[in-house]
Amino acid sequence: MSVNEESIQSTSHRRTWRDVDLRAVAPFAALALLLIVGAIVNPNFIGLNNLANVATRCAFIAIIAVGATFVISAGDLDLSVGSMVAFVASLMILFMNSGVIADPTLMLTAAVLFAVAAGAACGLANGLITTVGRIEPFIATLGTMGIYRGLTTWLSQGGAITLREPEIQELYRPAYFGSILGIPIPIAIILAVTAVAAFILYRTRYGRHVVAVGSNSDVARYSGIAVNRVRTIAFVIQGLCVAIAVLLYVPRLGSTSATTGILWELQAITAVVVGGTALKGGAGRVWGTICGAFILELVGNIMLLSNFISEYLIGAMQGAIIIIAMLVQRSLVRKS
Amino acid sequence: MNPETLETASVVLEARRISKSFSGVQVLFSVNFELRAGEIHALMGENGAGKSTLVKILSGFEQPSSGEILLDGKPVTLPPNGAAEALGIVIIHQEFNLAEHLTVAESLFLGREVTRFGVLDRKYMRAETRRVLDLLGCRVDANALISSLSIAEKQMVEIAKAISRDARVVFMDEPTAVLSREETNFLFRQVRKLRDQGTSFVFVSHKLDEVIELTDRVTVLRDGQWVKTAPTAILDGESIAQLMVGREMSSLYPAKTEPDVDEEIVLRVDSLSTDYVKDASFEVRKGEIVGFSGMIGSGRTELMEAVAGLRSRLSGEVTIRGEAVPSGDVHAANRRGLAYMTKDRKAKGLLLNSGMTANLTLQSLDQHTRLGYLDPTSEAAALEKARRRFDIRVRDGDVVARRMSGGNQQKLLLAKVMETEPEIIIIDEPTRGIDVGTKQQIYHFISALARDGRSIIVVSSEMPEVIGLCTRVAVMREGRIVGMLEGDEISEQEIMRYAAGLKRMVAA
Repeated sequence: MSVNEESIQSTSHRRTWRDVDLRAVAPFAALALLLIVGAIVNPNFIGLNNLANVATRCAFIAIIAVGATFVISAGDLDLSVGSMVAFVASLMILFMNSGVIADPTLMLTAAVLFAVAAGAACGLANGLITTVGRIEPFIATLGTMGIYRGLTTWLSQGGAITLREPEIQELYRPAYFGSILGIPIPIAIILAVTAVAAFILYRTRYGRHVVAVGSNSDVARYSGIAVNRVRTIAFVIQGLCVAIAVLLYVPRLGSTSATTGILWELQAITAVVVGGTALKGGAGRVWGTICGAFILELVGNIMLLSNFISEYLIGAMQGAIIIIAMLVQRSLVRKS
Repeated sequence: MNPETLETASVVLEARRISKSFSGVQVLFSVNFELRAGEIHALMGENGAGKSTLVKILSGFEQPSSGEILLDGKPVTLPPNGAAEALGIVIIHQEFNLAEHLTVAESLFLGREVTRFGVLDRKYMRAETRRVLDLLGCRVDANALISSLSIAEKQMVEIAKAISRDARVVFMDEPTAVLSREETNFLFRQVRKLRDQGTSFVFVSHKLDEVIELTDRVTVLRDGQWVKTAPTAILDGESIAQLMVGREMSSLYPAKTEPDVDEEIVLRVDSLSTDYVKDASFEVRKGEIVGFSGMIGSGRTELMEAVAGLRSRLSGEVTIRGEAVPSGDVHAANRRGLAYMTKDRKAKGLLLNSGMTANLTLQSLDQHTRLGYLDPTSEAAALEKARRRFDIRVRDGDVVARRMSGGNQQKLLLAKVMETEPEIIIIDEPTRGIDVGTKQQIYHFISALARDGRSIIVVSSEMPEVIGLCTRVAVMREGRIVGMLEGDEISEQEIMRYAAGLKRMVAA
């Protein structure tokens, strides 16, 4: 076997550009390209202020998309996230308006915990319907998408739900508008959520199980992995991420309505796909997802700053991006 | 075909000095191969010898790095992705490429549907399907859904699909791996008939006896190099095996060691029943290798999956070292030291798009968890150890499982199961679709595990394997254990008598 051993030696020391997975690099290359295009379109674009603004505004989608990365990596899909934002945010504001706790700080703390619990519960419902109920995730979450949206409309009686306590408002405002060490809080939270998510997906037993279930659930089952539990937990993680996005959303406007979070599922799934996660499961890229969310917001920003495309076309543009991203992903399937 | 006419028959397809590299690793070295009109040509070699690559190049699925392909003496570039079918070059894949939701007839005519006045002529297609299936002695209904067929029946449909395309050259990669002897006979009869009409076949198989029985010539590859092409008539199994391995075959099976009669009983199964399995009882002692033989579809896998908790049982008890195992609970069985190794390494055993590490540790991640996170160093050490222990030979340590040869995949799967350090190991088809050299290695691994005091159940459709390895052999038929053979009783004839229903043990 001397021939074999020689080739073992020679290849293990040679790492060429061909070993780089293009799908992992593509979103970052696209981001660099967009920054160049943006700078050409409008010199103000590349300024730190504008970019920080863009990053802050993509926070909701970025955080939701981190959760979607788990669900999609496990081979499922959650269409209900946009409605879930509206529902959880409405519940949270109603809770704060109820005045059951007099002290504003305590009230806010309780409301935060309440929102996190509500998000987790919504995610758990999605998870149990898909796994225990054995309903395709597409249909299950299409159903809950209608349910969460409908409940929001009912709670708001078709109008808006607004945070009334001025004291709580004042206390809560910095959560979106403040900054720590010069970094706007939403950006800090994106980075924190992503770091934790990356750790879970790449460095824990659960993360390995998610990828195994997503790439082949039979192999996972024969390896003694509790497939349904892994999938359900992914939905719960999605719900928690939605709750974190809500915690940033409520202080921004202090109000929700039946149209809150419309089409956010499209943006979240687009961010995941642009980031290089395979839609059929089995390969999750958390940092790519964040990059994808940023790209989406940048495209909107460039359209706003430029004069040749109407900003009313942003939705159409985002729809086009997900299709283009799928085409690019397919053409980049690693050839080795 | 007799040797004289073979000598003069024209060459249909020829490979001249074909070389092929994947990512800088050369897998074929200037290989020559010629296929004459109306011959059945066996392509032999160990796993990783380059057979599959050569077949893919000759059927257009891969392009050679250098060298040329001649069709009817003229150099050609074969079109990719199965488009070579238009030139009469058809490949019967080892993996099945059938859509589960189509019927047999729809599958046969997929992509070349017959129409009358623009409307599908379903009646004609059904009749034609029936005719081809009858030729193969296959009793499957033309209207049956693919998803309702057994693996053997799916294989027959694949073969029917190829035959119905009026192929000039047919590549068959391990076509008989999942077929019973009777089905194989039908297939061979039909292949001979088509050969006599001028069709050429390339037959890739690890079953030496079938190669001797069916083929006209044999070409042997070793480590990507051409070794020999010779008429089958002047070779025998021993000499082909020697050419493949390049050394004298020492004995294929290690010496059997029988456990003491008073050795502890580690696994006891009492009248277990599932939807198909009826009233199965057996026990396994420490350090024992028990075989499970029987026809395909006799319920062996179903029984073992029920024992391992992958399937729930309707009634019956499973006891490991005196502790009862609840029904349908894989974890409970694993915790008590029982592991099941699937026969379907591609669909149920390995994550084909993941590397060796992720596959190896998937079942045993707890061992590599430090304070909640996975320690890459510990995983790398486990892989290093497993590669040495099970002799997993790959050229690139980061290779994904899909790119590994069948033998190395099987060793990786065995290593993965052994990572959980089970005391009782159920191995379903330990050597399906792998070469003779790797088979021998796996037999020695199994034997070494038993000498270590572990108990092993070998489920196999290859009778020599069960006979060569096991000290006791259970025979199953139609969901029941119909015989339990020991010592000198273990012979091919005796197993066959039970498996075919000519004999059954007296109920104890």
